[in-house]
Amino acid sequence: MPTGIRPVTDARQRQMAHPQVQAWWQALDCGFAPVADVFEECLYEALSSFDKAQIEAYIGAARFIGKLGRGPEPLLAFLEEWPAVAMAASGDQEPLLPQVMGAIRAMQKSPNSAAITPFLQTLAAVARRLQSAEQIELYIDIALNLMARTSGSIHGHHTTFASPGLPAFFEQAPRLLGLLSTAGLRNWTEFGIRNHGSHPERQVEYFALKSADSRAVLQRERHGTLFADVERTLDLYLRALWRDSELLVPYSTAFDELRRPVPYYDKLGMRVPDVFDDAHGPRGAVSGLDRYRAVLAHMVGHRRWSTAQIADNWSPFQRMAVEFFEDCRIETLLIREYPGLRRIFLALHPQPRQDACDPETTSCLRHRLAMLSRALLDPAHGYTDPVLLAFVQRFHELLSAGESGTAEIAALALAYVTQTRRPSDQLATIHFDDTVIDYRDDNRQLWKFIEEGDEEEAFDAERKLEPGEALRGLPPRRYPEWDDASQTYRPDWVSVYEALHASGSAADIDRLLQKHAALAKHLKRLLDLLKPQDKVRIRHQEEGSDLDLDVAIGSLIDFKSGATPDPRINMSHRTDGRDISVLLLLDLSESLNEKVAGAGSATGQTVLELSQEAVSLLAWAIDCLGDPCAIAGFHSNTRHEVRYQHIKGFSERWDDVVKARLAAMSAGWSTRMGAALRHAGHYLEARRADKKILLLLTDGEPADVDVTEPGHLRADARKAVEELSARGVDTFCLSLDPKADDYVRSIFGKRHLVLDRVEQLPERLPLLYMALTR
Amino acid sequence: MANKEQFLVKAEPYYQVQGQEVALYEAAYHARLPVMVKGPTGCGKSRFVEYMAWKLGRPLITVACNEDMTASDLVGRYLLDANGTRWLDGPLTTAARIGAICYLDEIVEARQDTTVVIHPLTDHRRTLPLDKKGELIEAHADFQLVISYNPGYQSLMKDLKQSTKQRFTAFDFDYPEATLEAQIVARETGIDQTVAAQLVKVAQTARNLKGHGLDEGVSTRLIVYAATLIGKGVTPRDACRMAMVRPITDDADIRATLDHAIDATFA
Ligand SMILES: Nc1ncnc2c1ncn2[C@@H]1O[C@H](COP(=O)(O)OP(=O)(O)OP(=O)(O)O)[C@@H](O)[C@H]1O
Ligand SMILES: [Mg+2]
Repeated sequence: MPTGIRPVTDARQRQMAHPQVQAWWQALDCGFAPVADVFEECLYEALSSFDKAQIEAYIGAARFIGKLGRGPEPLLAFLEEWPAVAMAASGDQEPLLPQVMGAIRAMQKSPNSAAITPFLQTLAAVARRLQSAEQIELYIDIALNLMARTSGSIHGHHTTFASPGLPAFFEQAPRLLGLLSTAGLRNWTEFGIRNHGSHPERQVEYFALKSADSRAVLQRERHGTLFADVERTLDLYLRALWRDSELLVPYSTAFDELRRPVPYYDKLGMRVPDVFDDAHGPRGAVSGLDRYRAVLAHMVGHRRWSTAQIADNWSPFQRMAVEFFEDCRIETLLIREYPGLRRIFLALHPQPRQDACDPETTSCLRHRLAMLSRALLDPAHGYTDPVLLAFVQRFHELLSAGESGTAEIAALALAYVTQTRRPSDQLATIHFDDTVIDYRDDNRQLWKFIEEGDEEEAFDAERKLEPGEALRGLPPRRYPEWDDASQTYRPDWVSVYEALHASGSAADIDRLLQKHAALAKHLKRLLDLLKPQDKVRIRHQEEGSDLDLDVAIGSLIDFKSGATPDPRINMSHRTDGRDISVLLLLDLSESLNEKVAGAGSATGQTVLELSQEAVSLLAWAIDCLGDPCAIAGFHSNTRHEVRYQHIKGFSERWDDVVKARLAAMSAGWSTRMGAALRHAGHYLEARRADKKILLLLTDGEPADVDVTEPGHLRADARKAVEELSARGVDTFCLSLDPKADDYVRSIFGKRHLVLDRVEQLPERLPLLYMALTR
Repeated sequence: MANKEQFLVKAEPYYQVQGQEVALYEAAYHARLPVMVKGPTGCGKSRFVEYMAWKLGRPLITVACNEDMTASDLVGRYLLDANGTRWLDGPLTTAARIGAICYLDEIVEARQDTTVVIHPLTDHRRTLPLDKKGELIEAHADFQLVISYNPGYQSLMKDLKQSTKQRFTAFDFDYPEATLEAQIVARETGIDQTVAAQLVKVAQTARNLKGHGLDEGVSTRLIVYAATLIGKGVTPRDACRMAMVRPITDDADIRATLDHAIDATFA
């Protein structure tokens, strides 16, 4: 352990000013100089909330911590933070102190003593978030559970490794609890333990909030209304109520605590926070969704009614006033359109107290403008300042005739600034409380600068495409993966990259088709039977389009001879149409390169080559039928790279371009089936067809190099099939794996076929399709 | 032969004129040109035709078409009775015989092979062959064919054939402009003009979503329903939800948005 630079004895003999404090210092029996430096101060702080007995307990605990052999840090943290912790937990340290000490002992006994300092350092901030002893106990439970399950678990019995994630967990805890309830924290932690329990570096990244999945799970567990959950509703809101539409881009509020971002809009879209908690003001509650609506409505107002003003000649104060007046003008117009907006705006708009700001010591301009803003919107504002009342009246006069305009309202704002100016407006201390109106955007669109502002330029430059960016292909699309053990999705877990399949020579495919000419002829006959028949006659109808004379005469004879006639003497016609979209998904994993065993081995063909033949025949057959058909292949190299390759699009014809891609088909890597199914499914889902079929051709079970748990990808694939079926996509699997019986049913249910003689594939695949769609 | 009195429109239907349509229709009728009335559901197409029939003093025979309808449903068919089989005229045949205006409502709903039976009636021939009966009817001099057609919501499969479309003169109807529509609603139901205007406002929010999750917006007909409910003492919010939102969508997001529009409008 580090020895202090100063001799140990020095600190112990330090003299404290107060004799009682001196006694406690001796009781602490501590040789660390930095502790001695702050001890007196800490004690005074503690004395303001603890009685004597409590101080004794506090010193006792501190003494223990000082002797852990971890240097002065944990002790400093404890002495400084503990009174605040006790304060936050309703001023009583009694129930909490044993808990905390128990946790410290547990960490000291296991190899996790390095986590004690971060634990104590953030405890006060955590306590301020949680506000109750029970909640803090829950937090400690979660931490100890994390410790127990991530320490030395690699080789079993002995806990010889420290938990890699625990210190990071403690460091992040205040931020985490700012966003999550304890229940959410428990889920977030659980996810990290489950998925990164045996991988130290990833575990640290996860608990330090550095990895994408960590942030994604955090997002999922957050309280409040998530943008992602209401995006569509907001889109509809813009269209329905405002006939507007714009790309909505969320910005993160979780990782930017210093500089709170403000909504804004520009050429690239409307920027809104990624989450809104419900707001509970004195004037009623506003749901997170309605807060989003307020933000959007305000921006719409600017887009409709504001014109940009030249900013160069105005002072910052003047501009601020213009912004407040203009914001109120457009909100007045918005409320005219939809009176219900007034309630929402007023519930969100602060209502500053008239006397909250002292103009002798503080700059009060913001405060004055916030009050004015309130008064302009709220007929029941209750303010009495005559200047304010006069401007409220002038404002309403301008708007009574119509919409007024930005320039006109700016003139009023300037008059206001002139008339209310005070020397103290220039003071450095600005009154901010109750002056931030958080549904309003930053008004960047309200200004233009004749002197080409650097701000503006910097702003545009930031968005230029990097050279070559377009060539790097589409950004990945992320999909969740199902974790059967915990019965939850791992959000944004798998990245799927799309690309157009490389091209080879179309003639190769024509040659393959040529080789199967006899088979093709046979298929053709079957296909003709399947083709939409123009009319089918339905006889024996009580009502129909035509009298079926034979039947009618029979009935007439029955009738005349006294028997009961059959009334079903009509017939009708029905046109028999097919409305099918099919997507053929090919597993292109490494195993396809294997040679075909058994009867086919004579020819020395690989499974890949056979698949090529089969797919060519099928594509040709489907083209004959006229069903829209797409073909794609996939393979994977860990969850970070699932490749999805387009071979044929629904609207593409079965022509040389497509054949060329098919000719270049090659195999490699693994089979992450669930993600590929989901991705293929989303294309089918977008089709308008009575029947949507996803036909999967594979030679093995789902697998990937980064997955060790047996059955995990299988369960995920089953889940994907269920998801698709819920969305109207029928999945069918044709497996070439003779051992597939063991698992294929668990994924696809009855919808599968195992082909044990692979060499039959070219014949069977088209037949299968016909049977499926008959 | 059917009695033409029974098909006369007895009292003047309330129809709010929106432009030149009355005069134009009269001109088309005097030339006996077939007319197609296009427009979204519930925007006043049927009401217009009814009004014109009244104004021209012609009998009106309306047929609501549907996909199960066959040519025989229009033209007529043999029925079986105690004396053997008996021919019964269909509504189109009746109209052609007595000189009525025959209004085929939502003609695209009928199958295309049904639609073609109207072709000979719509060109210079003005005849209707009854193939099964072996009879060729010359249309009465006063006969006119009118069809309605909603180009919006049908699938691509159900568009009218060019050869059918090109036999008609056409009127493009749409929901009336807001103040006019509010006036219609107030007049039809007797509710207050400002409430009627608010109802129209809500309906317009839904119409803005056409093509974005809604196949059709809220029709004038549904606004009239909502107004009727309000007349019966239902609160405007409930009436809007019941008559204007719930019938048109099961989509939760759209419902939430329209419900919000209702709250924002009736503050
Ligand atoms: N111009 C109008 N004058 C009077 N009433 C109207 C007018 N337009 C619409 N309406 C009202 O709207 C209701 C629906 O109109 P109508 O039944 O004519 O619609 P439509 O266009 O024929 O609809 P659909 O295509 O569904 O048959 C009418 O009952 C009437 O109350
Ligand atoms: Mg109608």
